[in-house]
Amino acid sequence: MTVGLFIPCYVDQFYPNAAKATLQLLQKLGVDVVYPLNQTCCGQPMANSGFEYLSQDCNNRFIENFSSFDYIVGPSASCILHIKEHLHSDKNEEQAAIIRTKVYELVEFLTDVLKIEKLDAFFPHKVGLHHSCHGLRGLHLSQMSELNAPAFSKPQYLLNMVSGLEQITLDRLDECCGFGGAFCVSEEAVSVKMGKDRITDHTKNGAEYITSSDLSCLMHLEGILHRNKSSVKIIHIAEILNATI
Amino acid sequence: MARAFIKDEERVDWHDGALWYIREKRDIAAKQIPEWEQLREAASMIKSNVISNLHDYLLQFEANLKKNGVIVHWADNAEEHNEIVYSILKAKEINHMVKSKSMLTEECHLNEYLEERGIEVINSDLGEYIQQIDHEPPSHIVLPCIHKRKEEIGELFHEHLGTEKGLSDPTLLTRVARKHLRNIFLTRRGALTGVNFAVAETGEYVVCTNEGNADMGAHLSEVQIASMGLEKIIPQKKHLGIFLRLLARSATGQPITIYSSHYKKPRKGQEMHLILVDAGRTRQLGRADFRDSLKCIKCGGCMNTCPVYRKSGGLSYQNTISGPIGAILAPNLDMKMHADLPYASTLCGSCSNVCPVKINIHEQLYKWRQEIVKEGYAPTSKTLGMKTMAWTLSSPEKLTTAGKAGRWFLHNVPFVVNNKFNPWYRQRDMPEGPKESFAEWFTKNSPKK
Repeated sequence: MTVGLFIPCYVDQFYPNAAKATLQLLQKLGVDVVYPLNQTCCGQPMANSGFEYLSQDCNNRFIENFSSFDYIVGPSASCILHIKEHLHSDKNEEQAAIIRTKVYELVEFLTDVLKIEKLDAFFPHKVGLHHSCHGLRGLHLSQMSELNAPAFSKPQYLLNMVSGLEQITLDRLDECCGFGGAFCVSEEAVSVKMGKDRITDHTKNGAEYITSSDLSCLMHLEGILHRNKSSVKIIHIAEILNATI
Repeated sequence: MARAFIKDEERVDWHDGALWYIREKRDIAAKQIPEWEQLREAASMIKSNVISNLHDYLLQFEANLKKNGVIVHWADNAEEHNEIVYSILKAKEINHMVKSKSMLTEECHLNEYLEERGIEVINSDLGEYIQQIDHEPPSHIVLPCIHKRKEEIGELFHEHLGTEKGLSDPTLLTRVARKHLRNIFLTRRGALTGVNFAVAETGEYVVCTNEGNADMGAHLSEVQIASMGLEKIIPQKKHLGIFLRLLARSATGQPITIYSSHYKKPRKGQEMHLILVDAGRTRQLGRADFRDSLKCIKCGGCMNTCPVYRKSGGLSYQNTISGPIGAILAPNLDMKMHADLPYASTLCGSCSNVCPVKINIHEQLYKWRQEIVKEGYAPTSKTLGMKTMAWTLSSPEKLTTAGKAGRWFLHNVPFVVNNKFNPWYRQRDMPEGPKESFAEWFTKNSPKK
């Protein structure tokens, strides 16, 4: 099994440690990982702003880079969901359709494809899990609080394998943090208020770290935490799952 | 508008908390019904059937209304609707009318229209009445004055109803309003209500309220008028069971509204009119991506769950129907004026999950964004920015250069990016740029394959 590692543009530029952790974790689990160096972006920044038609070059480049792999795995639920729902091509729609079915967010790849049951990870901290909306309601990484349906949580299942880790309980299980792509600047006041309120839920319940399968949410929360000189830190879930003594 | 609302953080927290409390009540009510998700699916399918066969159902409904002795009117738009109401009242020389909650007549600005022509209208729903005396539109379709504190309502009552200054006890204020409205009900010869469900099979319509105000107005009137959007049809009476179970639970977490009143025939000596209003609905029906928005039963559940709505207040949307559902309905009415509404969302998707008729609200928001750009309603600056971004992100060479420049700026000249012109920076720091990107690290540290 060969996996193409998809590292979204902003993760590559701002959060290389999460990318390294993803690569190392997959390698530790015996996966043959290839990182195509010519990759760029999933096209979501344009598409979510209404400029889907401008994302065609990104789409074609994505297809060129990733069509040869058995699976494509990335540490960002939002970008993965975008590929799953909106990757189309004027040149190669057939390949686009295939890619849409074999692209996985890291957490679901670990639970659904590798079906791992244990992990050699150690992270002795109190951790709050932030469900990114695209991971939750788009990729169904966990059950959504609005539905009358049995509970489950893939990221929680993985975090339970980490020794020393204590998960805190939130008052509002899966509320949006307010990042929302361009929303975070176009509706700055609302976005920040939403972020502040999410952070308060984590801090009052004792979190030392806020983790998620989406760094875009975490980047937004980190910006607010940092501005307010908070000691609470953000960390991508891959870094926790890859952490050892 | 949202920025203005959010300045009063204490109010935002309280508004957010009040609506979240209703969302929680809704969750509890929904989870007490094992077949909840099947109910939503059934309601969604029935409404799909309705909007796909609307023409036939409307004709069937009209025929049955006539058979029952109800006078039927068709209005293409708001102006026509208002003219019809005016002509009905004028023929009976009615100068005062009582109106129970009807979002459609808010959409048509009926009150202003009639008042300009010398007809006084009193909204009898308590929340709507409060909004009316404050000269504000409703901020929420089910909870019209949810953004007001009880002290503010006390102040309004002091000014308009002569209550003691400083009185803010909700029970006492409600009693005063009830006494005042009771007199209005007794003296009004004309009454107008909205319609929650119109049954094609029988020609009856159902109005759901908690206060019984629609009934008070209707039962005491000589002329009873009902205004409804074309989409309010349901095929058969038996389908009501599904919708009534969903409506109140989704709206407020109640098992059912206190009053679900069926109106079918005029009383002896009474005149009953029903106005079927299009006002853009058939245009929306013709938009393949957006027609499902017409399934809406106006429960307001999407507003209560929407974090953007809870932190912004309904009036920020500047449309009669606010919140997520308003943001997919409004661009159909005036795409230019409401071009920003589909962007007032993080696309979190919670709205679609609470929707009792399973409208894919967040997907429609995404699609409206594409439509708005295609129709040329995106600002030029945004278009240019997007083109630059697409150009940079489409090639690794360009991205590496831009990325290096970006991180170089973050490291060395923070004020260039971190300044007041960058909305990100107003209340948030930029991420600390690492020394090298993942791609750079990977190239250095991995054996060549």
